[in-house]
Amino acid sequence: MNQLSIRGVSRTFTGTRGQTTQALLPIDFEVRENDFVTILGPSGCGKSTLLRIVAGLDYPTEGRVLLDGQTIEGPGADRGVVFQSYTLFPWLTIAQNIRFGLRERGMSEADQKERSDFFIAKVGLRGFENHFPKQLSGGMQQRTAIARALANDPKMLLLDEPFGALDNQTRVLMQELLLGIWESARKTVLFVTHDIDEAIFMANRVAVFSARPGRIKTEIPVDFGHPRHYTIKTSPEFMDIKARLTEEIRAESMAAAEH
Amino acid sequence: MSATPVMHSSKPTLPAAPAAPAVPAAPRRARALAPLEPVSARARWLLGVGFFVVFVVVWAFFTLGGFVSPTFLASPVTMVKEGVLLFTEYGFIHDIGMTVWRVFGGFVLATIVAVPLGIAMGTWKSVEAFFEPFVSFCRYLPASAFIPLLILWAGIGETQKLLVIFIGSVFQITLMVAVTVGSARRDLVEAAYTLGANSRGIVARVLIPGAAPGIAETLRLVLGWAWTYVIVAELIGSSSGIGHMITDSQALLNTGQIIFGSIVIGVIGLVSDFAVKALNRRLFAWSTL
Repeated sequence: MNQLSIRGVSRTFTGTRGQTTQALLPIDFEVRENDFVTILGPSGCGKSTLLRIVAGLDYPTEGRVLLDGQTIEGPGADRGVVFQSYTLFPWLTIAQNIRFGLRERGMSEADQKERSDFFIAKVGLRGFENHFPKQLSGGMQQRTAIARALANDPKMLLLDEPFGALDNQTRVLMQELLLGIWESARKTVLFVTHDIDEAIFMANRVAVFSARPGRIKTEIPVDFGHPRHYTIKTSPEFMDIKARLTEEIRAESMAAAEH
Repeated sequence: MSATPVMHSSKPTLPAAPAAPAVPAAPRRARALAPLEPVSARARWLLGVGFFVVFVVVWAFFTLGGFVSPTFLASPVTMVKEGVLLFTEYGFIHDIGMTVWRVFGGFVLATIVAVPLGIAMGTWKSVEAFFEPFVSFCRYLPASAFIPLLILWAGIGETQKLLVIFIGSVFQITLMVAVTVGSARRDLVEAAYTLGANSRGIVARVLIPGAAPGIAETLRLVLGWAWTYVIVAELIGSSSGIGHMITDSQALLNTGQIIFGSIVIGVIGLVSDFAVKALNRRLFAWSTL
């Protein structure tokens, strides 16, 4: 069943002097429940704009987005978002950050604690509950952000290059952590990235974006089973997909550079 | 997995000087006057005290050396003697108490009005558009120019003194709080929305806690300015307070008392500033991490 329907969504930005920039051409896209879809594209192609529209933080110029048949009209707790920049509340501890959404919902203290303890353990941050975000490394902050989004029990998880600012080793470990969480507690995931390896390793389906104005150029299914082991990254099947995506992205990056 | 990330140390420290005898601390010393190079806590303290010493020595040299007439400028020795007399003979402690109460009274009143208004202006652009031009205009009206008018309205009692401080502080605090709240990180606001916060939650649990250290810093700054207004308020139509003592001393050509009064204001200002700074650091430990 299609949980998320993106129907004819386009986005045009108007500058201060009235000039317009088309960020997204009309896009039609469907995401099934519990699917893990990565959106791969060169930088500045509008993939983040599409994610922000799904999150309700931006509005389509035309078209609409439906979640379980309801038109999305703004941000809400049913779509958890993890941003590339570190967006933990610096005045709250790690545990308080994870409880933020639960508190907004008016959940009892005891239930809040139970849920936050569960997710703190899940992302491997036990012992750091009372630290402030600035006392943690970037990878730990993003793990907290993932826990904070998951603690709210959203229908969908939207991730906008969540590991983009991390070093390569941490990034690889974070991919495995997130994939492990997804394998144990399925969620519908939309994951934006410009990293080809990341896009293949995480996804059941890779949607390739064109250069701006963005549209979905191709969709490539990724049929590796679960649980996935990092060693698949060196398998011939993985390499085939990677070669194909490299060509697709290269063409788009060159198109973007010519503009 | 949990073992891999490393804790950030909160303050980067300079690498220690090499221990090998062949390489002494010379390279570090050469950098002492380099731009932005930190100084040790001890050097900072010594330098800070050093200037006070230089200042008093120059003052003593010109007054005790007979280069300046005692009518115009008392020597440090006379000043200290007059200061002791003020406490023992003239009940100066009562004046100090009155001045402190006026500053804090007026300042607290201004805070009660200005902080909520500033938060509202920072949060809602329509509120800001409504108040901002007027408040900006009022900010440039000198509080001291209102004193004659305030005497007409409120007499020469305490209300008038409090009002001078109030007018001098309220517009400044309002604008600075509005700017602090308005410059909240958009990405944190967006994150809160995606976690299910409504407008009220955004204001109460994102904008206000995020701006709190900045607001506290604003209050500390403006409290310093309030001290300058109170003395002006006390110079005119007053029967107590440090400013009143200073006017009296001027009539008697007692420059020692005038200087002593100014120094007392300086010391109280400095102490309250340190106290507020320490309080802010305690309350908002997260912001200095």
